[in-house]
Order: sequence, then structure tokens, then C-alpha cells
Amino acid sequence: MTGNEMSAGGTGGMERHAYDVVVVGAGGAGLRAAIAAHEAGARTAIVCKSLLGKAHTVMAEGGIAAAMANRWPEDNWEVHFRDTMRGGKMLNNWRMAQLHAQEAPERVLELEDWGALFDRTDDGLISQRDFGGHKYARLAHVGDRTGLEMIRTLQQRAVQLGIDVFMELTVTELLLDRGAGDARISGAFGYWRETGRFVAFEAPSVVLATGGIGKSFKITSNSWEYTGDGHALALRAGASLINMEFVQFHPTGMVWPPSVKGLLVTESVRGDGGVLKNSEGTRFMFDYIPDYFRSETADTAEEADRWYDDKNSNRRPPELLPRDEVARAINSEIKAGRGSPHGGVFLDIASRRSPEFIRKRLPSMYHQFKELADVDITAEPMEIGPTCHYVMGGVEVDPDTELSAVPGLYAVGECAGGMHGSNRLGGNSLSDLLVFGRRAGEAAASYADGLAGSRPVVVEDDVKAAQVSALAPFEVSAGPHGGGENPYAIQGDLQQSMNDLVGIIRTAEELERSLQAIEELKARAAAMVVEGHRQYNPGWHLALDLRNMLLVSECIAKAALAREESRGGHTRDDFPGPEEEWATKNLVVTIDADGSGVDLHEQPLPEMPEVLKKHFEPASVESPAASKEGK
Amino acid sequence: MGYDLTMRIWRGDQEGGGLGDYTVEVSEGEVVLDALHRVQATQAGDLAIRWNCKAGKCGSCSAEVNGRPRLLCMTRLSDFEESEIITVTPLRTFPVIRDLVTDVSYNYEKAKELPYADLGPRDADGKRRMAQIDVERGQEFRKCIECFLCQNTCHVVRDHEDNKPAFAGPRFFIRYAELDMHPLDTHDRRALAQDAAGLGMCNITKCCTEVCPEGIKITDNAIIPMKERVVDRKFDPLVWLGSKIGLRNRDDEGRSEV
Repeated sequence: MTGNEMSAGGTGGMERHAYDVVVVGAGGAGLRAAIAAHEAGARTAIVCKSLLGKAHTVMAEGGIAAAMANRWPEDNWEVHFRDTMRGGKMLNNWRMAQLHAQEAPERVLELEDWGALFDRTDDGLISQRDFGGHKYARLAHVGDRTGLEMIRTLQQRAVQLGIDVFMELTVTELLLDRGAGDARISGAFGYWRETGRFVAFEAPSVVLATGGIGKSFKITSNSWEYTGDGHALALRAGASLINMEFVQFHPTGMVWPPSVKGLLVTESVRGDGGVLKNSEGTRFMFDYIPDYFRSETADTAEEADRWYDDKNSNRRPPELLPRDEVARAINSEIKAGRGSPHGGVFLDIASRRSPEFIRKRLPSMYHQFKELADVDITAEPMEIGPTCHYVMGGVEVDPDTELSAVPGLYAVGECAGGMHGSNRLGGNSLSDLLVFGRRAGEAAASYADGLAGSRPVVVEDDVKAAQVSALAPFEVSAGPHGGGENPYAIQGDLQQSMNDLVGIIRTAEELERSLQAIEELKARAAAMVVEGHRQYNPGWHLALDLRNMLLVSECIAKAALAREESRGGHTRDDFPGPEEEWATKNLVVTIDADGSGVDLHEQPLPEMPEVLKKHFEPASVESPAASKEGK
Repeated sequence: MGYDLTMRIWRGDQEGGGLGDYTVEVSEGEVVLDALHRVQATQAGDLAIRWNCKAGKCGSCSAEVNGRPRLLCMTRLSDFEESEIITVTPLRTFPVIRDLVTDVSYNYEKAKELPYADLGPRDADGKRRMAQIDVERGQEFRKCIECFLCQNTCHVVRDHEDNKPAFAGPRFFIRYAELDMHPLDTHDRRALAQDAAGLGMCNITKCCTEVCPEGIKITDNAIIPMKERVVDRKFDPLVWLGSKIGLRNRDDEGRSEV
């Protein structure tokens, strides 16, 4: 067995590889980036924390938003662009939202070329379903397992192309060449989970596609992998993060049994006719229609029900408002004492659609509730409540190339920021992965290709330092401090603290307490005990992931404290409405001088060109800051 | 409602190992993976478990519970008596790495040998048309979450290590079937399935179907139809005669053999 020795010294057991492009993460964005880089001629590697095909993309249920106009010929990229910007309360990077809306249809058709089998319309085209915030039925889907179809298609494509995949390999550091001029990416450093052996990649381009941060919250739909690795790696390499205060709490997570609390219940349940009810049986969403969306939301049950078949003369049901609105409404109902027995509200499709329809359209949900909660969703309502689902914030990138502030470092998918503004519409993440994954892959390959003789160099001292840093949790337990802290306990405390203090409704006082808690957890993390040795040791893996979780949690709490308004996925009880002055700026975080925390700055939003502004004329739409939202 | 559960968990690596006894508090509605996580968080920080979604969607946490191949996240404690000892061991067909984690690279190697979809050109408007009823046949197989429980339970490899090089296994037979049933695909892979993938070694005992957590009818809907199509091509005297005198078989119309 190589690589299992505890010593950080010596070169024994160290594995080295050289590529043009190293993609970190093998969800939809990473795979799409790798395919694009490979097709552009770059020597490409995919490095992922789990086995290939297991990334969080498999959990995506509802669909891929793309204005293909298969169901509604009126749909086009401009409508999709408008829906996306309004869903994000105009804080989106307009250029990303534009590219996304324009290119998503072709990216979906490409998946079909590669073997994906989407559900069909009666005409044989790719079917498209309704989702919150989308004016037209727009989500290409496969029942309620669209993410699985997407990841499997991309995985099979990547394997077909012969792209090298390093599975169960965690990247802990990015390597930089600080030679002449600005620091540039020269590679990445990580360890094989299986053996604990270290690996150094020499590569001028690194694409981060590591997903989100949800594992810092107790109630989450996210898997163990979502520890903010890409966010933290980028910060430490000198890149900036934007919009970190915006965390999406999905309105519908399971609440019972406790073992599955937070597990996602797809928005398709509502897209396909499901409604939300409180303990009094009231369809309460009609009481929570904000002024901002009033002109396009049905105010009677009759109109809402007619909309499913006739979108042109009826307005959308309030259950299909953007996720931030629905999550807040559910939260208010529960707080007002009108919740369900297990602290949620009711999501009812059983009384509205036939059992055959439900089983056909929502097979995974049927299975999930049957197997895990003993609930037959064709016969009784589900109990659901908000769950931490997605972070809108991420690495600040150039909209066209996904390049960060560090030459050679790209970021895509959930770990990139800007595209979704303050709130992401359902279905826009899968399309985001494809559109920007491809763009980043091509840009990363082109940059590497253009370097010729001036490829950045890996600095050996940095590789040594990365080894020492990775082994520190073992050293601590053996060192003079004596250790004593269990990483699992620190993680549990962080999750509880973020949930309680940086959750769906925030206040200055609680956010300040959360920052204090994070500092205390950082101190405890410095004295963690890791049992055993380096071979497939989850305690050690968690100890390393915790550093990222703590850093990213600090970004969220700091930005949330600074933004004194409520907008999208950031709701302040002490500043309940949107504010005009905050409508025009992003918050940006960078690593602080000693590398132990983060600094915060304000930055103006990029100016949208006039030709796009016309989609938001006051005649059709109110300005987001002008309307104080109800409830 | 909570109670103390006694578990026996296999601990060790490729050098060897054995069952360790653990007692852990569990509560209503929990699954085996919850109990293992609590052991990990409170008693054995280095207990190796492979898992991701904890929702039965990613197929990572495959292991054997009381000897039966299961997803740990979908095996409810309420399926057992409170006093019953639950024994968790790693998948038997694959080499153990550590504790409950096995080396499943056999499956990824086999995946590399597979053919891929090759569709003809798109329609004139840049889109493709397929009927829902036609895509549904392949969609059943694309529900596969690659938990590899079928591969683990298939006695062709479970009991005969030496069959591995010549046998792709049930997970990949459904991939052949899926491509064969794809309405727009242009390849005929029957020879490949029979020869390179070892379809003929399967003697349809349906063990794979029984353990599939997605309920895919692997044997009835994929393996048997593939075997029938292979047989049609190879042994049906009329088809054989037709092929000799240049008559095309409807079965492979528009498809070219790979």
C-alpha cells in the first residue's frame, strides 16, 4: 500500500500528472466543461470527490429550463431572460442571464444527440413542464428524475470520449505560479480518498465545478459533498465571491421522519397541479402574493386552475411564485400556528390529479414518500417545509468565459455567482450547468493552448506546504495541544448555528452571534482529533472539508449582515422590504490579509444595455425596489 | 420512541477483518445509514462508508444488510425487530477497500467497453421527434442509479471471479437493451452483446431484478428480449436464409452492425 505513511516529508507515494485543463467536480457543469475542453483539443482530466455519476446533479428532479417553444410557440429567449432577471429581483448579471436564455435550447438538444431520452409532447418533441416563475411551460424533463438523465448522458459522453477521470479524489489546494506579474494557476493538489495518497496536477487551467455549500446548514437537501470546496479554493487563490448572502431555501423539503428532514420534494408537484394548504385546509398562497408579481399571479382558485390549460387568458397560480416567495409564505404559516403535525404545511396533489397521472409524472416522489415516510402521495397530502437548497452566491466570473480574477481559474455551476441574482428560478440550474460548463471548458482549453512556452510552473515548496496542511489534523491530535475536538461534533454545531442564525429569516443580532460562533468553531477546529490512518478515513476527510465550510459560512453571514434589506434569498426581519439603494449593488468577498477570514466590499451592478432594458419597462413591470412586499 | 440497536459492522481492509459489535441509539423512521452515521460520529470516527444523497437516488451506499444486497439509505430500521441484530457487510463481489467501502472499478471498466448512442441527423427544423410510448422502453433502463447491486448479486461473477473479464453484467445488459430500443439509434449491437459482453452467460435466474432498488425488470424487459433478438439473428433459419440472399430483416432496418 503506497501513500499511507503519516509523514509529510519525502516524496514517496506522491503521484503527479500533467494536463491542460483540470476540472474539479463531475456534476453537470464539470462534465459539460470537460467535454468542451476535450473537444477543443485540450488534455483534460476530471477530478471528483465521489464516484463518477454520483454528484449532486443526480438529485435534480424537475427539469432543464430552455425556451424551446415546444409547448408554447410564444416562448423565446427574451421571455426566459425576463423571467430569470425578475426571479432574481434584478440582481443577476444581465449578460449571464442573456447567454443562458439564448443558449439553453441548443444545450438540451445536444443531450438528446448524445442519447438522453426526454419525455415527449404529442407531436414527439421534447416535453416541457410548468415551474415557478416561468411564464411558459419550459422545463425539459424525464419524469421527476431529470438530473439523473442529465448526469448519465454527460457521464456516458465523457467515457465515450476517453476523458481521464480521477474518482474519489479530493482537491485541497490550488497551486499558483507567482512568478512575473499576477499569480496564475499552475495546478491543483489533492488526495485519493481510497488510500490517502497525495496527488499533484500540473495544469494551467483549472475549472471549479464543485457545487454548493448546503452542508453547512442542518436542514438541507444537499449531500455531504456540498462543503463549499470551490468557493473556498477560489477565495484562497485570490478570487472573489459575489452574492454570498443569497441562499435559496426550497419551499418543499420533507419534514418527517426526522431521518429525511430536508430531503427535496420537487417543485414539479406544484408545476403539475399540487397546492399548498395549512392546517385549516386553506390554500394560503393567495394571501402572500407580493405586489411585484401581482399583475401576473392568479388571485382566485378558479383562475389558477384554468391556467394549466390556458396560459394566455389566465394568470399563474400563486403556488408557482418564485421559490423565495413560497418559502417565506410557508415559514409565516408555520410561525402563525397553522402548520402540520410535524412542523410543516401540506402539499396536496392527491385531491387534484389521478393516481395514474401522479405515478407517471412524479415516480420518484411517489417512491420516496412510500419508502421513507409510509405516505401514499396519490391518496394523501405530503407534509413539507423549507430546506436549504442552493447558494446563489459564488465565484465572480467573466460572463462569457467564466474566468475568475485569477488567470487560469474558471468557475461554473453552483460554485459560480452572478447568473441567478438574489434568487434562482427552478429549472435554471440544470441549464446553467450546461451553458456555462461548455463556455468555461472552451475558454479554459483556449487559454491553455495559447500559453505555448510560457506555461505556469508548480512550485515545489507549495506542494510540500499543501501536504503539511492536509496532514495537520493528524498532527494536531498527536501534538502538544492534545486535541480533543471531534470533527463530527464541530460540523453538527456549525450546521445548527447556521440553521438557527443565518436561516430563512435573519436579523442583525443573530447574524452577529453567528459570526462569533464561527470564530469559536474555527478555534475548536484547530484542535480536532482524527482517529486512525489515511486510508478511506471519513473523519479526516471531514476535518479537511470543515475548513472550507467554516470559511464559506463566514462569507454568508458577513454579507447577510451587511445587506440591510430583504430581497430574494435574503430576508431580514429588521429590514423587511427591498431598498432602492441596494438594488444596484453586489456584495463581494475576498480573503483577508492573513488568510483566516474574509473582507467585504460593495460593487455596482453591471449596467444592462438599453436594448435589454425594454423588457422591464414600467408599463409591464414595477421596479423591484418600488414595491414593498406584503407579509 | 428511541431504542438501543445492536449492530455488527464489518471492519477491516484487503488484509482481512471481522465483525465489530456496536450499540447505538436509534429513533423512529430511521434507516440503517442513520445508525451507521451515528456510530461514525460518536464511536468510530474512521468507519468507512460510501454514501452521497441519502435519498435512494445516487446509488452510492450499496452494502449487504443481514446478507442481502441493499442501499443503506433505503433500508428502514422498522423492517427489523427492535431486538434483532443488524449485520452490515461490504458488497461481496467486489474487493474491499476498507470497512463497508468496496472497489467497484470493475463496473467502470466495463462501462468503457460499452457502445454509445449514435443517432442520425436531426430533423430539418433542428429538433428530433420520438413517440412517448417508444422512449418509455428505454427510459425504464435509464432509471438505473448504478448502485451495482445487480452486479454484486449476479452469481456469474459473485461466485466465479474468473468470469469477470468476459461478462459485462446486468447493469450493462440493460444499457445494450436501451440502445437497441432507442427509436433513433442507428447501430445494431446484438453481436457485441452476445460476444464481447457475455450475454449468453446469463441464465436468467432473475436475482438482479430482485435486488434492483429502482424496480427495473432487468431480466424480463432487457435481458430476455436481447437474448431473443440475438437468437433471431443467429439461429432463425428464415432470417439466416434472408441474410444469405440479401433480404433485409426488419429488425435491424436502418441500423448498422458494430
